[in-house]
Amino acid sequence: MARQPDQTGIRIGMWLFLYTEIILFGGLFVLYAVYFYDYSSDFAKGGKELNRIIGSLNTIILLVSSCTVAASITAIRQEAKKFCLLLLATSFLCGVVFLINKYFEWGHKFAHDIYPNSPTLTSGPHGQNIFFGLYYVITGLHGLHVLIGMTLLGLSFVRVYQNKITAQRFSLLENSGLYWHLVDLIWIFVFPLFYLIL
Amino acid sequence: MVTTPSFYETPSPPGTVGIKSWLLTHDHKRLGLMYLWAILFWFVIGLTIGLLLRIELMTMGRTIMSAAVYNSAFTLHGVIMIFLFVIPVIPAIFGNFFLPIQLGTDDVFFPRLNLLSWYLYMFGGLLAIFSLFTAGGFPDTGWTFYVPFSIGTKHNVPLTVFAAFILGMSSMLTGLNFITTVHRKRSPAMGWLQIPLFTWSLYATAWVQLLATPVISITLLLVIAERLFSIGLFDPDKGGDPILYQHLFWMYSHPAVYVMILPGMGVISEIIPTFSRKAIFGYRAIVFSSMGIAIAGSLVWAHHMFVSGMSDTAVFVFSLLTFLVAIPSAIKVFSWVSTLYKASIEMTPPLLYALIFIYLFSVGGLTGLVLGSAGTNIHVHDTHFVVAHFHFTMLGGTGFAFFAALHYWWPKMFGVMYNFRRAYIAATLATVGFMFHFVPMFILGLQGMPRRSYDYLPQFSQGNQLATVGGVLLFSGIILMLINLMLSLRKNRTAAPANPWGGCTLEWAIPSPPPLHNFITEPKIKEYPYDFSDILANPPKN
Repeated sequence: MARQPDQTGIRIGMWLFLYTEIILFGGLFVLYAVYFYDYSSDFAKGGKELNRIIGSLNTIILLVSSCTVAASITAIRQEAKKFCLLLLATSFLCGVVFLINKYFEWGHKFAHDIYPNSPTLTSGPHGQNIFFGLYYVITGLHGLHVLIGMTLLGLSFVRVYQNKITAQRFSLLENSGLYWHLVDLIWIFVFPLFYLIL
Repeated sequence: MVTTPSFYETPSPPGTVGIKSWLLTHDHKRLGLMYLWAILFWFVIGLTIGLLLRIELMTMGRTIMSAAVYNSAFTLHGVIMIFLFVIPVIPAIFGNFFLPIQLGTDDVFFPRLNLLSWYLYMFGGLLAIFSLFTAGGFPDTGWTFYVPFSIGTKHNVPLTVFAAFILGMSSMLTGLNFITTVHRKRSPAMGWLQIPLFTWSLYATAWVQLLATPVISITLLLVIAERLFSIGLFDPDKGGDPILYQHLFWMYSHPAVYVMILPGMGVISEIIPTFSRKAIFGYRAIVFSSMGIAIAGSLVWAHHMFVSGMSDTAVFVFSLLTFLVAIPSAIKVFSWVSTLYKASIEMTPPLLYALIFIYLFSVGGLTGLVLGSAGTNIHVHDTHFVVAHFHFTMLGGTGFAFFAALHYWWPKMFGVMYNFRRAYIAATLATVGFMFHFVPMFILGLQGMPRRSYDYLPQFSQGNQLATVGGVLLFSGIILMLINLMLSLRKNRTAAPANPWGGCTLEWAIPSPPPLHNFITEPKIKEYPYDFSDILANPPKN
């Protein structure tokens, strides 16, 4: 195909896909809304048990990584390949750190006998079980999306390295970036709903 | 006319040969045909299971299968027919094949994604087969997988649910592809109100697929999560609410009903003007009613749950909204009938199927209002009335639209004509069978026979026997129809001309079967897609 690919069309397709991802999480947010209405005091108690420091740290990490991804796209457009690779690697590393934090956070909760179907949760108040159930489902699904996003970033890194992504053709990098922003955006909603709830 | 090689002779990407030229193809026409064979396979299986269910109900008590097998069998029938047949049938086969052609372009926007959708479809189907024979056998929950039963039953729910998840993804990606294609690959000369109605209906459908499918994806994932980790999000013992599951489920599954019917309406909107030799009545009204159905249809999901536990206000609102959906649907029916009025009608098999569609779909739609009104719903909820209603809309509606589409576009897809006489006999047989099959079910339902039950009281015997006789007739009609189409592909075939029907949308301006890039010369876009003046000046010779 000699002809220039239709960048706008590719972007439309990607935005439509991102839209489906938002609806996917939207279903979970519906559950959250209903159960928050049913068990608001239990939700508030549950929120206090989560570690706000790690939560805030993870928020900052994701925001930074979003920034570096956006910068990497500008870098490749200005043909600064090395700088682009560096920025992508930073974003990828941020993803790794995010997941490590998540691992310790989950591990800590597991140690306190808070995990799906644990004796503490099943015998405790209903609202508590639902809060932590939703916590594990939503952050778990979000974590899965972080992994997918990191795969895309890794792939983009390799393609930039191989000169397959250039200043003229950078749809894959741009779309991976968009996906990564989505992962970030969802976290921006997840964070206050679980960690900052009063 | 100079003969150009058809897409059968020119693989895409070039250089692939034999089976590879199909399995790795980027050509939307080849993918359409690959969907055709896969979907027909599932359709025949689903149909056979349906017939077996009907035979089981012929007499009271056990006839040919045990109650446990019956439960799995009606679930399997539902899952196959919904996820593997009705949802993909028209968009995946005819949408893939004809949407780019009607838009005057050479392919969909994302050809490789299109291939991926096909593989996801096949993978989902294989998983469904696989789940039949593993860990407890096929689910006995019904295709709705309602909690708490779907979480408690020993049958293999997770795998089947995962199969439905994969199939949902396939349908979503097809929708995404179609929307982008309509926006970006449409011939530059074609304005929005010059798009043929079939493509318009696919565009409306694609939005519903995209909007609603992720909701079922997450719901099905939650069922899997519940089975694996017993979180309790839908378990009242642990603080969960099972009714929320039903809400999430129907938030997708009701809009999905319009994913099933809208493309069928699009097919009918093509066939009726072609054989009336007359511009379609109310082109704009049909376009806007398609979008109207897509929007209003997304807001009525809870009318499936009037007896599940809901406030009276909610029942009132959802009932009212349900009635509103009837308006755009009726606009279409009136437009079709008005197109036929004072037209020079040419009777052909596709038109016969289309006319049957209008009748059956109208019955299905009107009985939908009986179900949608809060009062009568309580009387007929979960009875055979519901079963008859949705078979009228899904089989009588989408199914017959599919048959109409097969007969309408078969000459274009394969370049052959089929036997008309057998097609008429098959259509008549199937329709008579259909009526005998489903009309008694309305009456049984009103008398109180519950759906999904293996056995029934003596007073329901007569109706059930009649329905089974109808079922056998219906089955033989459809099989005869398929055999007739297969026979047209024999060695001594009758070649079809480029425009056998006198259609005036773009697919009839190119050879049958079409060449690889669809158009040899730049397509001529008409000011109005249903302008028959050229056709009337040079009528097709049959």
